Amino acid sequence: MAEHAAVIGIGQTDFDAKRVDVSQVGLIREAALRALKDAQLEWSDIDAVVIGKAPDMFEGVMMPELFLAEALGCVGKPMLRVHTAGSVGGSTAIVAASLVQSGIHKRVLTVSYEKQSESNAMWALSIKLPFSQTLVAGAGGFFAPLIRGYMARSGAPEDTGIRVALKDRLNALKNPVAHLKLPDVTFEMIANSPMLWDPIRYLETCPSSDGACALIIGDSAAAKQSRSHPPAWIHATQMKTEPTMFAKRDQVMPQAGLDCSAALYKKAGITDPRKEIDCAEVYVPFSWFEPMWMENLHFAPPGEGWRMTYEGATALDGDLPINMSGGVLCTNAIGASGMVRFAEAAMQVRGQAGEHQIDGAKKALGHAYGGGSQYFSMWIVGDQPL
Amino acid sequence: MRDVAIVSYAQSPSVRTQQDENEVEMLMPLIKEAVEGSGIAKQDIGFTCSGSTDYLSGQSFAFVMAVDAVGAWPPINESHVEMDGAWALYEAWIKIQCGEADSALIFSFGRSSMGETAETLGLQLDPYTLAPLKADAISLAALQARAGLDAGKWTEREMAEIAVRCRAQAKDNPDAQLSGDFETDQLLADPYLVSPLRKHDCPPVSDGAAVMVIAAEEVARKGPNPPVWIRGLEHRLDSHQPGGRDLTLSPSTSLAAQAAGVADGPIDFAELHAPFTHQEVILREALGLGPDVLINPSGGPLSGNPIMVAGLARLGESARRLWAGHGKRAVAHATSGPCLQQNLVCVLEGE
Amino acid sequence: MSHPTPETDVILSAPHVLEYDYRRSLGPVLSHFFSALREGQIHGVKTKSGRVLVPPAEYDPETGESTTDEFVAVGPGGVVESWAWVGTPRKNHPIAHPFAFALIKLDGADTALLHAVDTRDESLMASGMRVTPRWAATPEGGITDLCCFVPEDQGVQTVEAPDEVSEPTQSIVTPVNVEYVYSPGKAATRYLQGLKQGKFLGQASDSSGLVYIPPRGACPRDGVPTSREVEVSGKGTVVTLTIVRVPSANITVDLPYCTANILLDGADISFTGLLQECPLEDVRIGMRVEAVWVDSSEWDYSSENIKYFRPIDEPDLPFSEIKEYC
Repeated sequence: MAEHAAVIGIGQTDFDAKRVDVSQVGLIREAALRALKDAQLEWSDIDAVVIGKAPDMFEGVMMPELFLAEALGCVGKPMLRVHTAGSVGGSTAIVAASLVQSGIHKRVLTVSYEKQSESNAMWALSIKLPFSQTLVAGAGGFFAPLIRGYMARSGAPEDTGIRVALKDRLNALKNPVAHLKLPDVTFEMIANSPMLWDPIRYLETCPSSDGACALIIGDSAAAKQSRSHPPAWIHATQMKTEPTMFAKRDQVMPQAGLDCSAALYKKAGITDPRKEIDCAEVYVPFSWFEPMWMENLHFAPPGEGWRMTYEGATALDGDLPINMSGGVLCTNAIGASGMVRFAEAAMQVRGQAGEHQIDGAKKALGHAYGGGSQYFSMWIVGDQPL
Repeated sequence: MRDVAIVSYAQSPSVRTQQDENEVEMLMPLIKEAVEGSGIAKQDIGFTCSGSTDYLSGQSFAFVMAVDAVGAWPPINESHVEMDGAWALYEAWIKIQCGEADSALIFSFGRSSMGETAETLGLQLDPYTLAPLKADAISLAALQARAGLDAGKWTEREMAEIAVRCRAQAKDNPDAQLSGDFETDQLLADPYLVSPLRKHDCPPVSDGAAVMVIAAEEVARKGPNPPVWIRGLEHRLDSHQPGGRDLTLSPSTSLAAQAAGVADGPIDFAELHAPFTHQEVILREALGLGPDVLINPSGGPLSGNPIMVAGLARLGESARRLWAGHGKRAVAHATSGPCLQQNLVCVLEGE
Repeated sequence: MSHPTPETDVILSAPHVLEYDYRRSLGPVLSHFFSALREGQIHGVKTKSGRVLVPPAEYDPETGESTTDEFVAVGPGGVVESWAWVGTPRKNHPIAHPFAFALIKLDGADTALLHAVDTRDESLMASGMRVTPRWAATPEGGITDLCCFVPEDQGVQTVEAPDEVSEPTQSIVTPVNVEYVYSPGKAATRYLQGLKQGKFLGQASDSSGLVYIPPRGACPRDGVPTSREVEVSGKGTVVTLTIVRVPSANITVDLPYCTANILLDGADISFTGLLQECPLEDVRIGMRVEAVWVDSSEWDYSSENIKYFRPIDEPDLPFSEIKEYC
């Protein structure tokens, strides 16, 4: 029933800790104009706009899409605003894809962004409510115990996280828009960086970034007119949610993630994901989440995800490169981060990833998660229609 | 296009303050009622989508906790829009059109009583040139009302008559917050709140929640309620700057109405998300509804206006009325943003 | 032991303020606009179709196209297109006495600017009236460098051009301050009433009987109420933990400190607590701990009644027994 849909334009801003040279408007337009240019399209070619970002309290504007939409040429058009916590960038791309897959629209522009420098993410993420006591120190304080739980279960070597961080930081050097670039990065530099939320070290943590990502998703006809780069055909999309906390919830290996990837592979006709997927961009805000998600994505058996990192399978020259762009560890404009994963997956199968291109990538996974490891959104894109 | 219908609906009464229950406690019985009323087993519902905004309750990720009310286990296919529930319905409808689901649960919630709603809504304004002036939602609506008075599009008496009619119609709605018999002259004798708006021109501050189940034809036909068909569902947006457009018109509503096929058949009644009296006149014109069309038989937002819920409630109230056999074809409308900036139009048909 | 959760006659509520001074970078167009305002000039920008937008934008709202580089001085006078009389200004409004919000089309502009008009008296307001700006004594580069507009017959205020050309305004600070009355609902109120008596009152799921602490009003797994109340122990087991060595907004505990996910005896979900009276090198998964309360004279409806958790002299639980709570 669903129509074919493909990514026909991609634009990312330059990411930085503080993009003080632009307004929120300028930030999203930078991404959108780059996507339009990539797709060789004009504003008037766009049928609808889907905007995504994480909590409004980051920028202190309630439902900011209302003032931003017209900066995306949206007057007289439909506009949706998605918010599914940290997975929002991915979910936003999926909603945009569904507007095309449903046959409703031919070309949809989707933009997700965060301008974190306007406030303080740690503040916005741990607003103290009356009667309660804030004990969880931001996202790191929440996720560090889960990492410790993973270490206890898997018996993974303690330097696994350092190895992930080193790989991603080296990959980021090949990505022109990445935020945090450490040209002299070494294993020792990461190992000696301060412990923030034990076992998470400073250099095993994502930065706080300003930035935006835009995609243009088109139907078959639009994809066939795609000139600058071949289209990235969307083979399957999937979102799954489970509650934040419930008795005996497995927070380390959440069922929603296991179910999400299993459903995704089924839709995409993939039976052996480790073998059939050429590369993946996975939402890894703290280094240890790479091995955890390798298991959650059914790339490795339970307890064995760390071996992929350790044996170099996830490196650029490994059998399943992960986070070729440098990933969330190097660039994290929260609301955009999920869409950047989806965009980077599409760039790989379009062959436009430049220095971090995986030769011959035909099938790629984009992955995002959010909340207390409870919201998942994923897609598979390919160089040919499914 | 797949034929999709509303198969069940549940809402809380609109009340000034629902302090006893948090969002989860409010939603839980409504979700149970709507799911049971749909005739679809909870685990068979293919998609869930909610609409809410963090700024109403002053906490990031307010919607995350609301998932607790659903019983999202085993994990569910789910999404959330930072928009009125009517747009959550749109996303769910799209998922059904894609063939990704055959049914969907939609819910929205808002406890406006926790804050000062008119000021909170002022946080929606352009943060550079508008928000620093601290214009509140009532003042902006008053600018719109004045523009129409100056243009001769409505009078203060006509505005008061709309309030009188809505409050009288709300007498039959047990969920209404504000209802009863009022005299136009008596209302016009009241002082201005923000001139030219009097209190009766503005919506009450309301807490509430609403839950709806929709389904594709093959599923919808099996339910206990006769399907209320979604024949057209479209939404459009206007410019944000209030000084950049003619506030007495709603071109986005007209575009959405045209695309949704409002004019393709006679309309028996309309549920319009017009929180301010004069906005009913703007919407009636933009939707092309003649003087014979009954507007807001439920009492509309002037009788109960839970923010983020009131739009979805227009669809829900329309479905209830069609189930009760009062008419065959209806228009439901939802709005968002200052001065009717964004508008959704839905054409509904009973069996 | 459990019993039906008693009805509470009071539902707790308390003020909650959301307050932050956002610093917003402006980009080239708004930077130009606000820099001009600081010098007593109002500039619009031309779209490609020749319309003059005030306030200026980086884009033409009708098309999304970028606007031109051409800024045009407009006003300072203009015409009121519509207005709303605020008889009782709100606390945060720009003028403390009765005033009007108005849409003002400045001379030479094609769009109207929203601003305040100060006439003191509603009878002096009319659509079509001409108004002129009043400027802030100490301009900062922002929309509020225009204090307000007044009827033009009160005279045009001339602004001295500054002696030195100052740096362009690159950013503005916009304080956002929203006041709420927060009420946590029924289940949380019962929990807080328990804390006030030095007790941990959890609630059991109607479907599974599993015990939630703190209760949140629902069994999130099944979406059903938790209508039976269960007192759980102040003793428990650490199921996982972290040592925090980085400062965090809203947390005042001295660094470094350990927070642990603690499974209280009798509960089925872990509870976040501060772990103290234990060297950080000794904290570990499986260790047994107990709650230490503040002096009972200080007990309030607050999680802060629990000072912290500390180790107790009981053997650790093996990881296999607590794995599913981590």
